[in-house]
Amino acid sequence: MTNYKSLYQEVILDHNKKPRNYGAIDHPSHHAVGHNPLCGDHISVDVDLGDERINNIAFQGESCAICKASASMMTTAVKGKTRAEAETLIQEFLAMATGKLSHDACPNIGRLAVFAGVSDLPTRVKCAILPWHTLSGAFNAVETTSTEAEEDPMHAPIGDA
Amino acid sequence: MSENQAALKIKSPSAFDVERIRADFPILKLAVNDKPLVYLDNAASSQMPQQVIDRLVRYQTTQHANINRAVHYLSEVATSEFEEARRKLQHFINAKEEREVIFTSGTTDAINLVMHGYGRKFIGAGDEIILTTLEHHSNIVPWQMLAEEKGAKIRVVPINDAGELLIDEYEKFFNERTKFVGVMHVSNALGTINPIKEMIAFAHARDVPVLVDGAQATPHMKVDVQDLDCDFYAFSGHKLCGPTGIGILYGRAELLEKMQPFKGGGDMILSVTFEKTLYNTIPHKFEAGTPPIAAAIGLGAAVDYLSEIGMDAIAAYELALLKNATEQINAMPGVRILGTAEHKAAVLSFAVDGVHPHDIGTLLNQEGIAVRTGHHCAQPIMQRLHVPATSRASFAFYNSMDEVDALIAGIRTVQKIFT
Repeated sequence: MTNYKSLYQEVILDHNKKPRNYGAIDHPSHHAVGHNPLCGDHISVDVDLGDERINNIAFQGESCAICKASASMMTTAVKGKTRAEAETLIQEFLAMATGKLSHDACPNIGRLAVFAGVSDLPTRVKCAILPWHTLSGAFNAVETTSTEAEEDPMHAPIGDA
Repeated sequence: MSENQAALKIKSPSAFDVERIRADFPILKLAVNDKPLVYLDNAASSQMPQQVIDRLVRYQTTQHANINRAVHYLSEVATSEFEEARRKLQHFINAKEEREVIFTSGTTDAINLVMHGYGRKFIGAGDEIILTTLEHHSNIVPWQMLAEEKGAKIRVVPINDAGELLIDEYEKFFNERTKFVGVMHVSNALGTINPIKEMIAFAHARDVPVLVDGAQATPHMKVDVQDLDCDFYAFSGHKLCGPTGIGILYGRAELLEKMQPFKGGGDMILSVTFEKTLYNTIPHKFEAGTPPIAAAIGLGAAVDYLSEIGMDAIAAYELALLKNATEQINAMPGVRILGTAEHKAAVLSFAVDGVHPHDIGTLLNQEGIAVRTGHHCAQPIMQRLHVPATSRASFAFYNSMDEVDALIAGIRTVQKIFT
């Protein structure tokens, strides 16, 4: 088993303390709110998607360190990327966090590999994936997403991890 | 026993030998993440002593058959052991008659039984049900379902910042439409011990029956349903060192007899034809189908085990654990206790500044410490206290003072990581 002590690494603690792109965007082109009903955590994601690229992205909400750091690092990772590139990254992140792919098998994952350890903690997987889930919801004009929504294509049951 | 006597009793180490008690619980020898397990999630579910495990094995290996049916040897043994378990539970809560003790699958099932059996028959449009902010979802949702079905109204007794019910507000709620009161004995989220005896007396003076959710009280203190004079008292086996899937509804015989059955099926009938079915007498009227026989017998063994130690001794020792933990946490900067009622059971909800409860839970787990983090199935309390969730350490009589120290050290480690 991976030593998940490594989950609370400096980089995650730093993003939790000083989240990047925290707040809202005035007139976002895409927006969604994600809920984790298991713990009551929620975050909102605003995206300003131009013709080519993500011009701006912001998030805010109430959540644990894993969720907040994941959201913060997500915004820095996808800002300036095309929607297609961001969607590829979403798929890679979800596959890594749920233990379906190792981080070595995710070519675009980069620094987000610090979240690989979460796959050993089934009860915390949802904390890490909530922001990605919500970004996907924003892209697909699903205004409210939930880690527990069965009909949601992003649904990742705890047992999957 | 007075508080002074209780304090004297626990000062003497021979009076409450926690190490001897711990030896009865095989699971406490586990290591988690290479650390000795420190199990402080007893309010969610308690652990089982070897005596209860052995009783389950003995039943399953030498006594099992279906009950109340056949005339053969095993069926008679199983039936007699099952009914013996009922009598043990009757004495544990000092019910007047054994037929007032109904086996259910747990507290939730027991409350749903009362909602269907009593509520649907006797509560109608415009009637009022009094609940409290402290209730567990299991004593909220069934009544909301009833209120929606019947057009009844729910009044909610508020709490103060310490987590104590505002009894003046409770008393003001009563009017001629008040038909039922549902209140928990001990709060699972905050540990508050509610003044239910006084609340019951007030309701009875107005002919209003009271259901008490005793899931968190029965593990921590002596409960006497006749002394409380409650109409219904619900609790679970798995919080009492017994198995899951078994619980008790105590109900006053006079009310149980007036109620309609909850579930239909075998055992709950006297005779069935397609023209007319005659229901069985209580408690069988409410025990449709084959019950969890082994679990009921296991629960009987669990209350024997607890009674041998003595619920008063357990209460006094747990109070000492709570006092120790409360004093140490109060001395820690950046840690706040949620729920500071004057009368509390050994349940300690806390918040650490700048750290989300889930992060606390994961990091404490790394130290081998099991606490509960979340809303504790009591979201209205979280809303009232303006927190999304809390961390909760809940103690049992088999927890040691060293484990309190381990919790405190664990919280310090969490703070260090997050500074």
